[in-house]
Amino acid sequence: MPLKRMHFQFCLQTSYKAAIKVSAALKQGHITPTELCQKCLSIIKKTKFLNAYITVSEEVALKQAEESEKRYKKGHSLGDLDGIPIAVKDNFSTSGIETTCASNMLRGYVPPYNATVVQKLLDQGALLMGKTNLDEFAMGSGSTDGVFGPVKNPWSYSKQYREKRKQKSHCENEDSNWLITGGSSGGSAAAVSAFTCFAALGSDTGGSTRNPAAHCGLVGLKPSYGLVSRHGLIPLVNSMDVPGILTRCVDDAAIVLGVLAGHDPKDSTTIQDPVKPFVLPSLTDVSKLCIGIPKEYLTPELSSEVRSLWSKAANLFESEGAKVIEVSLPHTSYSIVCYHVLCTSEVASNMARFDGLEYGHRCDIDVSTEAMYAATRREGFNDVVRGRILSGNFFLLKENYENYFVKAQKVRRLIANDFVTVFNSGVDVLLTPTTLSEAVPYTEFIKEDNRTRSAQDDIFTQAANMAGLPAVSVPMALSNQGLPIGLQFIGRAFCDQELLTIAKWFEKQVQFPVIQLQELMDDCSSVFENEKLASVSLKQ
Amino acid sequence: MAAPMLRLCCPGRRWALACIDGCSRHRRGAPNGCTSSRRRGQSSVAQQPFITAQKPRKGEHEWAAVVGLEIHAQISSKSKLFSGSQVHFAAPPNSLVSFFDASLPGTLPVLNRRCVEAAVMTGLALNCRINKKSLFDRKHYFYADLPAGYQITQQRLPIAVNGSLVYSFCAGKNRSQVINKTARVKQIQLEQDSGKSLHDDLRSQTLIDLNRAGVGLLEVVLEPDMSCGEEAATAVRELQLILQALGTSQANMAEGQLRVDANISVHHPGEPLGVRTEVKNLNSARFLAKAIDYEIQRQINELENGGEILNETRSFDSKLGCTIPMRDKEGKQDYRFMPEPNLPPLLLYDTESLPAGADPQQVIDIDRIREQLPELPSVTREKLVQQYGMLPEHSFTLLNEVGLLEFFQNVMKETRAEPKKVTSWVLNTLLGFLKQQNLAVSESPVTPSALAELLNLLDRKAISSSAAKQTDCILHSHQQCVKLLVSPHPRRLLLLSVFLIADILVGVK
Repeated sequence: MPLKRMHFQFCLQTSYKAAIKVSAALKQGHITPTELCQKCLSIIKKTKFLNAYITVSEEVALKQAEESEKRYKKGHSLGDLDGIPIAVKDNFSTSGIETTCASNMLRGYVPPYNATVVQKLLDQGALLMGKTNLDEFAMGSGSTDGVFGPVKNPWSYSKQYREKRKQKSHCENEDSNWLITGGSSGGSAAAVSAFTCFAALGSDTGGSTRNPAAHCGLVGLKPSYGLVSRHGLIPLVNSMDVPGILTRCVDDAAIVLGVLAGHDPKDSTTIQDPVKPFVLPSLTDVSKLCIGIPKEYLTPELSSEVRSLWSKAANLFESEGAKVIEVSLPHTSYSIVCYHVLCTSEVASNMARFDGLEYGHRCDIDVSTEAMYAATRREGFNDVVRGRILSGNFFLLKENYENYFVKAQKVRRLIANDFVTVFNSGVDVLLTPTTLSEAVPYTEFIKEDNRTRSAQDDIFTQAANMAGLPAVSVPMALSNQGLPIGLQFIGRAFCDQELLTIAKWFEKQVQFPVIQLQELMDDCSSVFENEKLASVSLKQ
Repeated sequence: MAAPMLRLCCPGRRWALACIDGCSRHRRGAPNGCTSSRRRGQSSVAQQPFITAQKPRKGEHEWAAVVGLEIHAQISSKSKLFSGSQVHFAAPPNSLVSFFDASLPGTLPVLNRRCVEAAVMTGLALNCRINKKSLFDRKHYFYADLPAGYQITQQRLPIAVNGSLVYSFCAGKNRSQVINKTARVKQIQLEQDSGKSLHDDLRSQTLIDLNRAGVGLLEVVLEPDMSCGEEAATAVRELQLILQALGTSQANMAEGQLRVDANISVHHPGEPLGVRTEVKNLNSARFLAKAIDYEIQRQINELENGGEILNETRSFDSKLGCTIPMRDKEGKQDYRFMPEPNLPPLLLYDTESLPAGADPQQVIDIDRIREQLPELPSVTREKLVQQYGMLPEHSFTLLNEVGLLEFFQNVMKETRAEPKKVTSWVLNTLLGFLKQQNLAVSESPVTPSALAELLNLLDRKAISSSAAKQTDCILHSHQQCVKLLVSPHPRRLLLLSVFLIADILVGVK
């Protein structure tokens, strides 16, 4: 094996986990952007069965890699993200690349412009590997309800999970027992988790970035509302949507946030003040921190494993000298129903533009404009989307507006005020579970409908969106089944840096294990035809 | 069906008479008061003797009409309300459409500062209270030229409220009596214009042009303080002059920059207001007056024949001269208003509330805009009356005719003739001539300088003692004009010869 190749192997082994380290390898010339890009493209092909990507932008990525390579050769790298493969959820507009929202309505729609966040990543030299799968229009919590089919959780094929399953006697048909990723940014989570890229953009309206991050053993950051531009993000709920960041470590999330954060003249809801790029400090002393444990989050539905990890984490902070106190967010229990009203109302409004006239799907019926609208929308949207449009329009009717929408807005204010009260009492950050349990098998998941699932799964994450607060899910440990469990930190508005600093300290303490996909590759040689490539990239 | 059509013959005239009476009643009742006191005023006068010139049919005097207006004025700005696309009349279809205007998913509105300033200026000129905080809302309905499926408007908290529009009316014999009237301005709101639908019935197609989609509109809502077509038309004309003076809208009705919807109802004075209808999209002052008068008469006929007025939207057919019910989108529907989540509240400041060290580019200072307000038409007219001893009605005519005031002022600059004489020449002779020839002031063959020279000559009595050749010319043109005009006015004939005189003067010099 040539020397360079060996270097490459070395760097992948030690640092494949973090973009920040690969970036160093790129700078030192141990690996070129093109090599890195091709590596990721081959993994994308090998992991196609995960259904993480809707569109793989191979040509674009290779061309960007070529450009990046030229810059590195001249010593003019654009920064930490130059030459780093990334993926973008398929509800962010990408110029010249199909953007579907996993809906028939937007099949074949090619936006003529880039979302601001996409443009910012490209301006930093990042390589766009493709557009990732999601629930249709991001409405869901499993990444199971898009027209391109469900996303499979890479952990279903991990050594850690498989070995645990083998121990159990009731080992059924392995292939039918794959796990969901969570959602709705499940494609992005699977893409990062399976090493097809180093970071991915998700979107987070009620937990859509943090939920799949927790299920896929990743860091999932929902920045403060207004810190990152939504221009180009196809909206779910404008007043709650935030572009989310999925990475394999906290430092990577901080790098990406540093690139994305700041005012955008195209999004009037972004902050005016300039945001300085930042490097996360390594926190050594947590004794001055005050960690809040919201008592309302201790629900009966919470799995005992998650519950015990949560208290273990609290103990960890306490043992290191931090003040850990129980706090109350009394209006949290109303969050779900309040979210339902506000979300569906905005959905009803936002979806009104999909009428088949300017872009997207149009039916063949041309009896009248009204008939065309009706058929187009019936064919274009799935049941979940249509259901939300219907209920949203109901809540917005003149006779219902006061009783539903206005009340929900008031409750939202109460929920937000709960957080203000807690933070004013001296709490630096809240520590909560991200999800009720670890990822469940698809067959299990689909026993309940989308609405029930969404209501259950967003329970710990939604309130942060209501209040516009930054929140991050950090993987803590594997469950008894060998599946990742993440915990969530919620910070003060626009204190994203402080939040990530604490998350980084926590990450360092818990030493969450790297996913071992080697097992899968040995077992499924039919899936991974080229074992050599696989072993180069993923050997521990 | 025949009956209302027959009554159509001279409804305008009948109402013009009734309306003059209504005007004086109104003035005595409550010039600026609320609806209830106004009604009381009306009912008390209802017993007084009515029109003297023409005896009304029995029972007709029992009806009073109430007219409110919603006026949409396109803001004169370089770019649209929420996007960077240009604003231009008659550009090639769909050539001025940004991604936002076409409602591409993921695009967001960005408020145009110029449009906000225009709204504040207009609000100040109409004596409104400017809201330092206003909000934007979405109004939903499906229509092909509304790409987002909703219009962004200001339903809950508009930018300006509680103003007044003072307009004046010439009444009495020879229309020489000027009556001031006030229509309360309920609110002024900023909103988006829609695109245009062009229906091709032959091919049963609808073509959509989005050039207009997203252009900034000022919706000015006038309370139902008017009582006939002429009043409404006069109020609209005054608003038009104000907008043009401010430069906030070109307010050209023919180009659709000013569109009027009228809410009309009739009732017995002293009783609650009747069910109203809305007549939409009136795009000329003449049709506005006609449509309103027709609709008033129609409602009266309907009620007198035992019928019922439906709360409906109607359109005016200018060819038939009548209003007809609209059956499409504008029927009764729930607009499902919702706050626009992509636009934060619009905050305005005054000198007191202006944050220290605020970037002038980032904030709008109401007081600074107030200081920079141009002269309003009412002030201009007052000045004309004071400066030149002009009759008030003459000052109205000077302002009402596009370009006439400027013409007058230019003549004044170059002549020593008496202002009264100039006024008379401009208003009677020149304007009469232009109307007869169907010309706009800008198309006048006589320039202000030429008219000034003529007046100077007359002033010096130079014309009468001028050379025979000149006289011959004038006489010659007199003879030509006699053939052309049915009832030649000596001055008009003289004016026609101004052309020749101007030529001669050039020769002399």
